[in-house]
Amino acid sequence: MAFVPKPDELARIGHKPPRTGWMDTPVDFRRGTWCYAAKPKNLQALELPNPREWSPERADWKLPANWQEIILEGLRERLQRFRSLQIFMDICVRCGACADKCHYFIGSGDPKNMPVLRAELLRSVYRKNFTTAGKILGKMVGARDLSEDVLKEWFYYFFQCSECRRCSVFCPYGIDTAEITMIARELLNLVGCNIDWVAAPVANCFRTGNHLGLQPHAIKDMIEFAVEDIEKITGVKVEPTFNRKGAEILFVTPSGDLFADPGTYTLMGYLMLFHELGLDYTWSTYASDGGNFGLFTSHEMMKRLNAKIYAEARRLGVKWILGGECGHMWRVINQYMDTLNGPADFLEEPVSPITGTRFEHARTTKMVHITEFTADLIEQNKLNLAPERNEHCRVTFHDSCNPSRSMGLLEEPRYILKKVCRHFYEMPENTIREQTFCCGSGGGLNADENMEMRLRGGLPRANAVRYVHEKHGVNTLACICAIDRAALPPLMDYWVPGVEVSGVHELVGNALVMKGEKKRTSDLRGRPLPDPHTAFGGAIEE
Amino acid sequence: MGIGFSLLLIMALLLAVFFGAGVLGWHLLFGVVIPYAAATIFLFGIIYRVVKWGRAPIPFRIPTTCGQQKSLPWIKPSRIDNPSSAAGVIGRLALEVLLFRSLFRNTKAELRDGPRLAYHWEKWLWLGGLLFHWSFLTIFLRHLRFFTEPVPSFVSFIEGVDGFLRVGVQALYITDILILVAVTYLFWRRVVIPQVRYISLPADYFPLFLILSLAFSGVLMRYFFRVDVSAVKELTMGLVTFHPRIPEGIGVIFYIHLFFVSVLFVYFPYSKMMHLAGIFLSPTRNLANNSRACRHINPWNYPVKVHTYEEYEEEFRGKMREAGIPLEKECG
Amino acid sequence: MYNARSILSGLGVFLVLITFPFWYNVGKSAAAPEPKLDTPAIQQLSRKQCVGSTPYMRANHMQLLEEWRTLAVREGKRVYEAADGKKYEISLEKTCLKCHGNKAQFCDQCHNSLSVKPDCWNCHVAPEGR
Repeated sequence: MAFVPKPDELARIGHKPPRTGWMDTPVDFRRGTWCYAAKPKNLQALELPNPREWSPERADWKLPANWQEIILEGLRERLQRFRSLQIFMDICVRCGACADKCHYFIGSGDPKNMPVLRAELLRSVYRKNFTTAGKILGKMVGARDLSEDVLKEWFYYFFQCSECRRCSVFCPYGIDTAEITMIARELLNLVGCNIDWVAAPVANCFRTGNHLGLQPHAIKDMIEFAVEDIEKITGVKVEPTFNRKGAEILFVTPSGDLFADPGTYTLMGYLMLFHELGLDYTWSTYASDGGNFGLFTSHEMMKRLNAKIYAEARRLGVKWILGGECGHMWRVINQYMDTLNGPADFLEEPVSPITGTRFEHARTTKMVHITEFTADLIEQNKLNLAPERNEHCRVTFHDSCNPSRSMGLLEEPRYILKKVCRHFYEMPENTIREQTFCCGSGGGLNADENMEMRLRGGLPRANAVRYVHEKHGVNTLACICAIDRAALPPLMDYWVPGVEVSGVHELVGNALVMKGEKKRTSDLRGRPLPDPHTAFGGAIEE
Repeated sequence: MGIGFSLLLIMALLLAVFFGAGVLGWHLLFGVVIPYAAATIFLFGIIYRVVKWGRAPIPFRIPTTCGQQKSLPWIKPSRIDNPSSAAGVIGRLALEVLLFRSLFRNTKAELRDGPRLAYHWEKWLWLGGLLFHWSFLTIFLRHLRFFTEPVPSFVSFIEGVDGFLRVGVQALYITDILILVAVTYLFWRRVVIPQVRYISLPADYFPLFLILSLAFSGVLMRYFFRVDVSAVKELTMGLVTFHPRIPEGIGVIFYIHLFFVSVLFVYFPYSKMMHLAGIFLSPTRNLANNSRACRHINPWNYPVKVHTYEEYEEEFRGKMREAGIPLEKECG
Repeated sequence: MYNARSILSGLGVFLVLITFPFWYNVGKSAAAPEPKLDTPAIQQLSRKQCVGSTPYMRANHMQLLEEWRTLAVREGKRVYEAADGKKYEISLEKTCLKCHGNKAQFCDQCHNSLSVKPDCWNCHVAPEGR
């Protein structure tokens, strides 16, 4: 891991722009603020162009001879394919409303992290090559040539945007930097400039169905570990099935939940819930990741990785698909999946087999978010819950960027949390719901070598957590995203020690009273449950 | 750099019209030819730009959702900020266009020691922008009195409301004051806020100066250097009825004003001013968040290389069999 | 073109609105207003001269009236000396309207055409149309 300064050093952030204009300030590849280049084997596995050994730090990027032509042709093609791109290139008035809305700008003070300037990096090249005014007036209208320095800037700053869309909430024209970043990354990919923290998971995902590269037997093993842990804690043996044809529901979740703490506790929550409901569902080792780093690579790659979900649903003959807690996965499912790989006419409109609720809002995509599913169960009184078992958790909720700004999944997880926990506190309103802040590591930027920038980008989120930590003693940061569960723990340790990160369904698992369970003495993490007589609020265990 | 260059450009334009119309008396050029050319470029330029946008598809349904989705029946959806229907989208766009809904969310982040982040109330940009745009529209509509005969009652009504204040016996248009104040503010913040100054291009200062000059010349003409408005109307009516004529005795200030409008019209379609049309076409604002309920079609969706289950099973069959995971083909 | 119906109808609405002055005035003569100067009082004048030159009066008569009002009402001065040295009594009704008694053919000509609603007649008695 790169050297990271102490929090009080890191927090000395100057937001004043430099003296030199942004076109005359070249990018500085300082360690800790960028991710390693994609390894050639990963690009080769995906048949992506221009694989090579190279490093952003070195002067020579070993670009193909006609790289400018490739990029400009790629841009021309995308301008014809995406109205969004044309509009976003043309109508920005540079009012600056977006400037201090970006977590990377707040945390780094680097003016090119202002969404408007990030977009201008691409716009300047667009103007020079695709607009009359830019061709004639050049710098006066913010146009410039595509030089190698510009490309390096693109690489640095478009892999310093987590595609969180917060700026687009505040933009008076809805200009979406995520869209611009996605297309800029596509262009970078055309000349083989990706980061390995995106390319490697994508290569894994293409081959094994999941980003971590877990092979089928390993997936089964990991879930069986969780099964054992559940039995230890509850005395109940849950029995998940794998690749089972004829199941009613296919369950797809991010592979991160299988792999490491604290995601594994969320996995336990899912398993316990499904067992308790007697749900006729199956896991798939092929469609073993709903997460999709293709979204961080190109629209085509997103489609290539997403295809397995409908393919597997068709092969197994399920009726509909249930999706686990994941952020960007849900952007893909909500806004892209049906368009990319639909129509899913071989599936049925999702209906909860427990409550009979029809999920009409998912009638064509046929995929339901687990918090929608669980909130419905709780509202219909189908779960026996003992929220006092989360007595030791003083909880706040981190809205993940994609479910909030690309879906609007705001109330479902909150409803569940308030039913399974007794101490729930919201962070300040400028930092939650559609105004939520990124964990600092989204968009495929969760690399260790990028740690300084991740901690900087995570500062606004961490700061809001610190506020409720100090004011209400919050010690649990609940979320519905696997990247959050990987990225937030180090972020909390750095900025707000004493706050644990937990999935919503981990807390559901804690509170869920299962038929035939033994008296629980610990939560899913193995932490002893608070003594009912001395615990805060005097909760009584049943 | 941007400020100086834009100021120079405005000065050059001013000199050109002052010399051309004032000294040389090229009234036909500045009173008829240039305005016609400008109106033509304005209209066809806008059509060209919008049609060009329209020729690109919206491959994906990517609204930015700013409120609760429509999901379970007992959860109240945010119909405007996260629309699921056409009516919601219309409401959202209307709020955006008429009241600058998104800009109203604006806050100012401040980093204090600790570190401690604070988000301050910051509605000045919203207010300045709103006042500027509404004033501009009102003034634009008021000017219809020069372009219609008889003057429609809605124009007189707008004039009456806008001009209810008096300086002496003369109506003082509130929008005249507001537009000068608002544009000055928009310029001021561009210069004073370091980040905004850093991102500002000559192409940002120029339209501000142009509009400021336009408004200022209008104010001068109305309140200080009076012109024969009857003659002005003769000229403007000549333009809109395609019987152009140049009446005698209109002061040069009028030609300056008219020239600045013409420059604005020409500049419009080739600049950021196109946000006027672009806002309606912005895919993050003009689409309903209903892509799980209604299929959205991408016209250029093409088949891609995927890793099929068969290929997957082929690679991992042994391990799957060993782990007891069901297979399509038992042997292989 | 994609979403052609919405885009073209939006564009159509815009064009109809923005070209309003062009189609609103179709078929109208839109002759310039001609304030009439042929009142009996004017015809009797040997030298047909107003208190100021015609171009000045056309552009600035309101400023002059306002000045007169201030002089008369606030400062009690009743005499106005014109540029040519000639003195006039400061009075709308006794001086201006003595010659321009034809409000409908004189004042209203331009005021109506330009949608100007002067406050004069809130206090002053408008001359009978002749």
